[in-house]
Amino acid sequence: CIPVLSTYPILKTLLRRVEKVDGGLDSQDVATSLGVDHQAIVGAVKSLLALGDVISAEQRSSKHWELTGEGCEIAEQGSHEARVVSSIPEEGMPQSQLMKLAFGKVGFSKAMSNKWIRLDKGHEGGPRIFKTVEHLEDLVRDKLLLVQKGQASQLEEKEKNELKKRKLLSEVTVKSYWITKGSCFSTTITKQETELTPEMIASGSWKEKKFKPYNFEALGVAPDCGHLHPLMKVRTQFRQIFLEMGFTEMPTNNFIESSFWNFDSLFQPQQHPARDQHDTFFLSDPAQAHEFPQDYLERVRKVHSEGGFGSQGYKYDWKIEEAQKNILRTHTTAVSARMLYKLAQQEKFTPVKYFSIDRVFRNETLDATHLAEFHQIEGVVADYGLTLGDLMGILHQFFNKLGITKLRFKPAYNPYTEPSMEVFSYHEGLKKWVEVGNSGMFRPEMLLPMGLPEGVTVIAWGLSLERPTMIKYGINNIRELVGHKVNLQMVYDSPVCRLDS
Amino acid sequence: MPTVSVKRDLLFHALGRTYTDEEFDELCFEFGLELDEITSEKDIISREQGDTKAEGASDVILYKIDVPANRYDLLCLEGLVRGLQVFKMEAPRYRRVSPASSEPQRLVITEETTAVRPHAVAAVLRNITFTQERYDSFIELQEKLHQNVCRKRTLVAIGTHDLDTISGPFTYTAKPPGDIRFKPLNQAKEYTAQELMSLYKTDSHLRHYLHIIEDEAVYPVIYDSNGIVLSMPPIINGDHSKISLNTKNVFIECTATDLTKAKIVLDMMSFLLWENILEPTGQYVHSDYPHSISDFINRKVGISESTEHIAQLLTKMCLRSEVMSDGEQIEVEIPPTRSDVIHACDIMEDAAMAYGFNNIPRTTPRTYTIANQLPLNKLSELLRQDLAAAGFTEALTFALCSQEDIADKLLKNISETRACRISNPKTAEFQVARTTLLSGLLKTVAANRKMPLPLRLFEISDVVLKDESKGLFVYVGARNNRRLCAVYYNKSPGFEVIHGLMDRVMQLLEIKPGQGNGYHIQAADDSTFFPGRCAEIFACGKSIGRLGVLHPDVINRFELTMPCSALDIDIEHFL
Repeated sequence: CIPVLSTYPILKTLLRRVEKVDGGLDSQDVATSLGVDHQAIVGAVKSLLALGDVISAEQRSSKHWELTGEGCEIAEQGSHEARVVSSIPEEGMPQSQLMKLAFGKVGFSKAMSNKWIRLDKGHEGGPRIFKTVEHLEDLVRDKLLLVQKGQASQLEEKEKNELKKRKLLSEVTVKSYWITKGSCFSTTITKQETELTPEMIASGSWKEKKFKPYNFEALGVAPDCGHLHPLMKVRTQFRQIFLEMGFTEMPTNNFIESSFWNFDSLFQPQQHPARDQHDTFFLSDPAQAHEFPQDYLERVRKVHSEGGFGSQGYKYDWKIEEAQKNILRTHTTAVSARMLYKLAQQEKFTPVKYFSIDRVFRNETLDATHLAEFHQIEGVVADYGLTLGDLMGILHQFFNKLGITKLRFKPAYNPYTEPSMEVFSYHEGLKKWVEVGNSGMFRPEMLLPMGLPEGVTVIAWGLSLERPTMIKYGINNIRELVGHKVNLQMVYDSPVCRLDS
Repeated sequence: MPTVSVKRDLLFHALGRTYTDEEFDELCFEFGLELDEITSEKDIISREQGDTKAEGASDVILYKIDVPANRYDLLCLEGLVRGLQVFKMEAPRYRRVSPASSEPQRLVITEETTAVRPHAVAAVLRNITFTQERYDSFIELQEKLHQNVCRKRTLVAIGTHDLDTISGPFTYTAKPPGDIRFKPLNQAKEYTAQELMSLYKTDSHLRHYLHIIEDEAVYPVIYDSNGIVLSMPPIINGDHSKISLNTKNVFIECTATDLTKAKIVLDMMSFLLWENILEPTGQYVHSDYPHSISDFINRKVGISESTEHIAQLLTKMCLRSEVMSDGEQIEVEIPPTRSDVIHACDIMEDAAMAYGFNNIPRTTPRTYTIANQLPLNKLSELLRQDLAAAGFTEALTFALCSQEDIADKLLKNISETRACRISNPKTAEFQVARTTLLSGLLKTVAANRKMPLPLRLFEISDVVLKDESKGLFVYVGARNNRRLCAVYYNKSPGFEVIHGLMDRVMQLLEIKPGQGNGYHIQAADDSTFFPGRCAEIFACGKSIGRLGVLHPDVINRFELTMPCSALDIDIEHFL
């Protein structure tokens, strides 16, 4: 704040006083001696501080004795007992009349104990009071006047406490400043500029001006901007990682999928629990898919129900009706199956690396870590002669890019991969191994009916996008990350995503 | 993943050594199991019913172990032990033996069963001895199988009987419920099948299985040669033939709708607890792979072990293997307990497990490929960045919602939305796939009414529409459609803000204002928007979406209080 002109005189006076003293002075004393309100001096101190190092001021607090409202009245008009005495005429006054006066009651008993008055109870016409002294010393008033003049120190503690007990004095804590000269002390005040203006630059006047210092303690003004969602920021990073590793993105923009591509093509038997109403969302409209590559469908039926391609199959009655059922895809592997089938239809096999990150759906019971929909990250490599060691090696490189270096693998079961491996990483914070993904080699019963060459191995892995994001951003409840109930402040405040740091 | 609960000390005794919890956890990890919980009966009762109920309960330590869903052979203590002894044991050999003194038992299946439950297989366990533990294990295994591979008795139901109380040959047939009459297990008197069905309506355990045959004209039933009812599968056994600790010879029958599963289950019941004492009527799996399995294993796993060592690895995993005379090939015997082995790749996995996944050298495939982004996703990523730069914040809303969200609340009729319907939602939140991103954004605004105004939100994501047109990569009668939706929520509607955003999007897509190859907007009627405040957007001659001020009733239905303008466009036109 720039000091307004009306405060200039007080600023100047204050500066002159500071100039005269050697050490420093107390703002409270300045106020008393100038006869102005202390707050005016405090304002002046703040204004001077804002000018830079003209003065320095240190905040202090001290205890002061102050008159209460009643104390002020006594200092002005005398103590109640003195007023009682002075209001009694020579011929005395009926007690009842005295009691009607505002100070009557208190004053009467004090005056009695001081023996300044006497009471004639037997007086005709009722009890009557007479004064017994002509001149009196109103000590109470004298003491209060001393305090009012700022000379409370002349009173003894006992006296002050006595007056405090009578609620005439109170002890208050007063905040004041101890003012001393600053490094740039001067008694003249130069008006400081807040900001550089185009005019100053044009005229060069900035060279003569003094500029008000900035408060570097304060926060800046938040920029008026939009924000990307943290889960999508992490998705962008995972996309980037796959692209760096040479993986091509699969078209996963089909949430609705037939059971055939979601399950049957993956050699997942029709009685598998995952195909249950409890786990999968089925569609009532459009309830069924109708177009399938017929010869491929026949090979799938055969490998399930009779075996073939070196497999005994599951040996059950495979039904087309079950395969036709439309569902919300339970994994993006349905798209991988379509892509691998498409690859198998090429004239000549070419090795591929595919990836996708998209939504999948499970008809699950919802809790803090499970929603009915989540994003699946999937990587697939198809080539001649790939090994389990290759799968572990590529996983090692993938997770390295996420900043995860310690990996180990646990045997697992999955209907369409063999071997199947759960991927564990060592969590330094939790001091234990935590599961970070799933992986495996697609079964020959899945690949060979598609028409892929016998020597081709397909390795794949998957993980959810939400879990690493929750770990990255320290979120415990998935509902605080995904869906319409998220707090936008969380979105506004989320940092950039660098997965490897 | 099924969980098996075993007494720790019994397990260690059977394994022939003790482990610390950590050591045992490690062993499980290598074998693909998971030590899920260390507890005791007392702990379980006290957790579920309180400390007072738990007093006096056993505090014998229990290990709860998660086993893979296809390893039915690990569903009991005995099976787990056999599996976990990988590092020391010889593979057991199972064989069918004929009874010393008589003909094998026979189970005759009659024509009538085809209508209700067409398959049955059976076996006899002879000269066995039940200890209390073995008996408990037997009952527990039966229950575990019922819950897992039997799919809650729908695919297979198991009945076990004391063979010495009945006499073969046995008949598996089906009769009208009124004609079946017997004393069921643990009941004092005889009931007809009809009476039983109503009796068990209130039984906490059995009522879950009644639906399997309830509406059938005939019910499955098994008789012995004297007309004694063994069981009425898949509901209940007869009381007459029930097994006890004193039972010496057990007759096991499995009735099924899936013959393969029935054989698997019968094998598990026959082999898991005892070895070498059986007489199955079903055939069990026995396969060998005459091609060079060791070469196959080395190539797939990425190791180079000798044929002898591969054979040793497999034997450790209970797949008895012998190198054949040519020194190249291995004969692998698959025991009947390993129904999960149906292809050479399953054998390869066992070899890799025995080798130790974490001992396999990690290599990098030399597959050389050039990466490509999906054009639609590339466009979405670029637009997202620029929408945020334009001051809009990205929301992430659900693809599934209630019918109300996309219809009633937006003042639309559900029939005009082309929405795909879910047949089995657990709650109304999952009735349909969204056909617009707008409702998700408005719900996001509603959940953030306390945030400073204005709220500027956008989302670029997929909606799902019914679409019968052919020629799509994925033909299922529906397709995704990539949309860009944005809302501006403030004290004034801010049509100019949302209009400005639309202009900016067009600028980013290099489409200039104007008719023909440019873009323009023209007034349109849309019930979601305030009358006279909605325009249709045309780009390159095609309608690509709408923008406008939302109808006050829409604002109310989403529990909002301020005016709001919105933009909704299909970005697939810009590929």
